[in-house]
Amino acid sequence: MHELSITQSVVDAVSEHAAGARVASVRLRVGKLSGVVPDAMRFCFELVTEGTSLQGAELVIDEPPGTGHCRTCGSELALADLILLCPCGSADVAVVSGRELSVQSIEVAPVTSTEVV
Amino acid sequence: MCATCGCGNDEGTRVSTVHAHDHAHPHEHPHEHPHAHPHEHEHMHAGVPVGDTQTRTLELDILAKNDTLAATNREWLTAREIIALNLMSSPGSGKTTLLVRTLTDLGTQVPVAVIEGDQETLLDADRIHATGAPVVQVNTGAGCHLDADMMRKALESLDPADGSLLFVENVGNLVCPAMFDLGETAKVVVISVTEGDDKPLKYPQMFAGANLLVINKSDLLPYVDFDVSACTEHARRVNPGLDVVVVSATTGDGLTGWYEWLQHIQPQLAV
Repeated sequence: MHELSITQSVVDAVSEHAAGARVASVRLRVGKLSGVVPDAMRFCFELVTEGTSLQGAELVIDEPPGTGHCRTCGSELALADLILLCPCGSADVAVVSGRELSVQSIEVAPVTSTEVV
Repeated sequence: MCATCGCGNDEGTRVSTVHAHDHAHPHEHPHEHPHAHPHEHEHMHAGVPVGDTQTRTLELDILAKNDTLAATNREWLTAREIIALNLMSSPGSGKTTLLVRTLTDLGTQVPVAVIEGDQETLLDADRIHATGAPVVQVNTGAGCHLDADMMRKALESLDPADGSLLFVENVGNLVCPAMFDLGETAKVVVISVTEGDDKPLKYPQMFAGANLLVINKSDLLPYVDFDVSACTEHARRVNPGLDVVVVSATTGDGLTGWYEWLQHIQPQLAV
């Protein structure tokens, strides 16, 4: 359940950047090959945000697919998982995308004098 | 961290040193919540009209904090010419037995030190301590892996000698430890023949990031349905350049291959 500490890292980083402003939504990129389960992050997000400036914020997760480059035949291929096998038979495949794990953007409310969290 | 509510990031983590005749009490559970949980939801709703919000583009790497700490650990280790190996596996693969045997066989050729990671108890650190090697135990409490901050705290406590060969035994878990760089020199995955030769396909993240695969408990091969060449082939499907050694930490069979790999990364060792 590494998603709990990873979600905690998201909340820590967003809290720092929001600098006290209320956060209405958080957009993440969690690649299909990242080793992180988006549903587990959604579950953890509610727990971890409680009592923070992110409480109640919407969590939007983009899940870019995995793609690879075969070093043997030079072709680009889709990767459903980390089993790196090109149709040409080569296992010498470099992962090009799908390992993304980042906070893309946040939506914040303007800070007002009566709403310092 | 607290597994119930996700509060208190590292408050369940403890770093313990082991001394002769000093079995620190293993039943402490310092999981008391350090703060009240505010439930005043009337002040906390993020019900902000969409038109009133501002979008801020961050493009932050989520693991950046861990990776930054890991880079600091790596610099710290490099400055002291310490080679650190992150040993990962399922629980019960024989990591500690392999370490005890290795520490005994290597003797005093180079300084050695060990960081032991487990959720609870000092049992593994006690086994390492019996070999005479300096050791600290990191108990992660509810945590399922070591991270770079725990590694930093353990390094501060252990203070390994310059030029050490440092073994870090991660929490037994084939999933989570793969995500967290500790600042190690190399990652070693241990699998035992009782686990099944399909594990590399079931847990590809772990095997994809490894530098060496140790297949342990080879003395049990006559009794189990485990195909060493199939396991090797499965592991290389996710990590084509992976080195593989087959050993029995109990009988000593095949350990020469493991020691030759250690010598490859620590040339001062004589095999």
